[in-house]
Amino acid sequence: MDSGWLLFATIAVPLTTALIIMAIPSTYKQQVRWVATAAGFTMFVLSVIIFALYNYKEGGLQFDLRLCWLENVAFLGKDGITLHLAVDGISVPLVLLTGIVIFSGCLISWSIEYRNKDFFILLMLLVSGVFGVFQSADLFFLFFFYELAVLPMYLLIGVWGSSTDFGTYVRTKEYGAMKLTLYLVAGSALVFIGIFATFVEAGKGTFDLPVLGQVTYSETFQKTFYPFFMVGFGVLAGLWPFHTWSPDGHVAAPTAVSMLHAGVLMKLGAYGIIRVGMSLFPEGAEFWAPALLVLGTTGALYGAMSAMAQRDLKYVVGYSSVSHMGYVLMGLATLNPIGVNGAVLQMFAHGVMTALFFAMVGAIYDQAGVREIWTFGGLAQRMPRFVAFFAIAGLSSLGLPGLAGFVAEFNIFAGLFKTYPLFGALGILTAAITAVYILRLLAAAFFGPLNEKWAHLKEMRLLEQAAGAILLVFIVFMGVWPAPFVDRIAQSVLALPGIG
Amino acid sequence: MDWSLLVPEYILAGWAAMVVSLDLFWGRLRKEQLAYVAAAGALTATLVSLIWVNDSASFGNLLQVDNYTTFFRIFFGLIAFFICLASAQYVKDRLLHPGEYYALILLTVIGGTYMAAAKELLTAYISLELLSFSLYVLTSYAKFDLKSNEAGLKYMLLGAFSSAIFLYGMSLVYGVTKTTSFAGIATTLSGDTSGIAFALFLGIVLMIAGLGFKVAAVPFHMWTPDAYEGAPLPITVFISAISKAAGFALFLKLFGRALLPMADDWRWIIAGLSTATMVLGNLVAIQQHNIKRLLAYSSIGQVGFMLMGIAALTPHGPSDPASALLLHLTGYVITNLAAFVCVIVYYNQTGKDEIADFGGLAERAPFLALCLTIALFSLAGMPLFAGFTTKFILFQAAAQQDLLWLSSIAVFMSVVSLYYCLGIIKQMYLLEPMEKVRLPVPRMEYAVVAALIVGVLLMGLYPQPLFDGVENATSALFQATQAAAVTGVGP
Repeated sequence: MDSGWLLFATIAVPLTTALIIMAIPSTYKQQVRWVATAAGFTMFVLSVIIFALYNYKEGGLQFDLRLCWLENVAFLGKDGITLHLAVDGISVPLVLLTGIVIFSGCLISWSIEYRNKDFFILLMLLVSGVFGVFQSADLFFLFFFYELAVLPMYLLIGVWGSSTDFGTYVRTKEYGAMKLTLYLVAGSALVFIGIFATFVEAGKGTFDLPVLGQVTYSETFQKTFYPFFMVGFGVLAGLWPFHTWSPDGHVAAPTAVSMLHAGVLMKLGAYGIIRVGMSLFPEGAEFWAPALLVLGTTGALYGAMSAMAQRDLKYVVGYSSVSHMGYVLMGLATLNPIGVNGAVLQMFAHGVMTALFFAMVGAIYDQAGVREIWTFGGLAQRMPRFVAFFAIAGLSSLGLPGLAGFVAEFNIFAGLFKTYPLFGALGILTAAITAVYILRLLAAAFFGPLNEKWAHLKEMRLLEQAAGAILLVFIVFMGVWPAPFVDRIAQSVLALPGIG
Repeated sequence: MDWSLLVPEYILAGWAAMVVSLDLFWGRLRKEQLAYVAAAGALTATLVSLIWVNDSASFGNLLQVDNYTTFFRIFFGLIAFFICLASAQYVKDRLLHPGEYYALILLTVIGGTYMAAAKELLTAYISLELLSFSLYVLTSYAKFDLKSNEAGLKYMLLGAFSSAIFLYGMSLVYGVTKTTSFAGIATTLSGDTSGIAFALFLGIVLMIAGLGFKVAAVPFHMWTPDAYEGAPLPITVFISAISKAAGFALFLKLFGRALLPMADDWRWIIAGLSTATMVLGNLVAIQQHNIKRLLAYSSIGQVGFMLMGIAALTPHGPSDPASALLLHLTGYVITNLAAFVCVIVYYNQTGKDEIADFGGLAERAPFLALCLTIALFSLAGMPLFAGFTTKFILFQAAAQQDLLWLSSIAVFMSVVSLYYCLGIIKQMYLLEPMEKVRLPVPRMEYAVVAALIVGVLLMGLYPQPLFDGVENATSALFQATQAAAVTGVGP
């Protein structure tokens, strides 16, 4: 198929947009917004097209595109490093997710007034990196885009973020930004080492993933170097105990960045574990699966417990992300088709859900200026739509049937019970804790008698509603009709080595 | 002897004399125009040196003009070109005797070029001294500035000391191999060295120490921060670029050619030096509050990375590490020039060089802040920019030769370097400016910075052309080695 340029376009569009915005004078704020939103819409449409056109009956890598970048120099042989773009059934839902979240993120970001030109430039860089990772079939470029997605984070959080005052101490946005950046780059340092070792061991003179995948690596090698990928990518996926950047970073970040980061970037980590770790090193994955399982379960439980203890709305969502990414890692650790299926489904489900969460938290924070759960009360009377959106995200998060979260979690738990029943039970316990903190939050902040202090609050702005609606549609869509997702994912999961 | 082989250097020397006499006899010539004249000289020499692309000729067994030499002629010529342009404003405002200043810059290029072109020890040594002496004078060029004088003196004393050590090492090697020619040394070392092993080893260690000083490897780095801080800013840039580049040109020639047969003995020393250099340079950089000192320590850290390229050389191994080293060297020099020129522009306007002074630069001079940010991200090895690509290649090249542990340390030191680079970026973007006045960027400096940043981006996004050039340069070096090994005789 020669439609690989579609994939290329998803990377080129944001980069070109960044250049275009750079050329617009910074006083033309409205024009900048229009250009960025147009780009967001284009990416959304492209990602829907890619999702729809992916032929799941055929499976495998599709939309192949190769552009030679560096070859026949030093240790690189022919086609040493190529910009090799291709997607399989695991990447297409994530490409779609990125399209959805960036579009709604652009809509949400209309309210940004301070240097919005720079903001959109960095946001576009970020999203081109994300698309790049999901679509790269070349180890060098996968890593290139992975770092590219981390690059703008410091400034995005540091300049446009918000600090949180805990009374006795303050978590500043600079702190959150630096912590996030250093954790992610340190994680990628491990990946770096893994890549060097893999390239040497394979001895093929190329970074092309399909070629590297054909090599059989010795068992010792797999066992030694799988952890580099598992932990290195795991840091970005919120792997406990390396998750602490996530709540601080996501809370400090501006709304659209939290949406993208918690919604999409954390999935880069889990995706990296599948695409690089599990695809190249099946025996290593099997050997380390128990460790991943224990860490994932701890993360899920720990995240849920911590979420319960939070008083700040955004921190609740931040910790719930850690908890939900714990599910993803648990699903990956099962190494059986249904569990891994569930993990990928959860990546999508959590992505749209958490993006909706952060969008809503941003909407209320813009108006009220605080995020303290217990100071609110009865907001449903003033902002019914806001509460409806928030509640649906919450219900999806606790796994209510008919919403995206249920489909995903059901698969993960089914997979867990097949191999590790005890951990399946712990997973369900986590879901129960999730229900506690979500329902308690809804009751305290949004329902009951109206706190007169907030009588002046108005319904969300139209753009925020639009952004929320887009996300909501996909939560419900996947909840009632998961087939398009499952069809695409299942095929590619079965094709992974060592799954069965 | 084919005297025409050295035409680019005649041009540079003649041009240097011309610049001095222009300054002396044409009083009405504006001082900054001397900079443009000198830059034109460097550019002319660079263009003329293109004649010898893919050519290989020997000048009386002293100098070899091949792709390796041509690569460095172009490289050094362009460095001098950019330094002259970037100096114009600074020299006019703050220094006396501009004629000699530019002349010395051009002479340094000759020294650097011959270090790369040398075919035997003594020529290499003399070229090294030509380079060093020009730099000593330039370092203390701010005559009435105590710091500049101190820096120059310190640089000269330590430099002379290290030159002596280098010379002693050379004499030992000469003593046991009975030749000063690189090819001859390589031939002798390929044979039985059991009888001369100790003297040889001592000689090599002393040469490593001497060269380690020139490129500022730990523990021979002590002069670097002081010299960088005290020297006039454009000279700081010049030292950080040409002294390192020429040092590594000679390093490669010596260790990749003459001493290569002994690689198994010395590569572990270099690997150790490399580790110490990258760890110390990057960790100490965190502590700095002056941007010159910070960049000085960061450049020490970069030297640690580059030494990996030397440590990865093996007697019969591929020339990859050398290519990777040259690639990273080029990327580092361009990036470093870009970062420093931004600092020069800022210093010209404000006279400040503490990191805290950069607060809110993004509001006052958005273009400058953006360029400095790009350069810093490139130094820290972030993608889109030169640093990512060249580091990746260099680290992979080391990993190819069983140095995965060294690559791992290097990767983590890159993370550290990101930390202090973010510290500067934080100042520029996150803090409010102390003065709200916008800083104008003069047109010439704007163009210089833009050109360098384009270079940084180009290397990051499409390195193939440069990499091909680098491969040509190193293959000239290594083909000669292999040919000598096969025939068993040196010229």
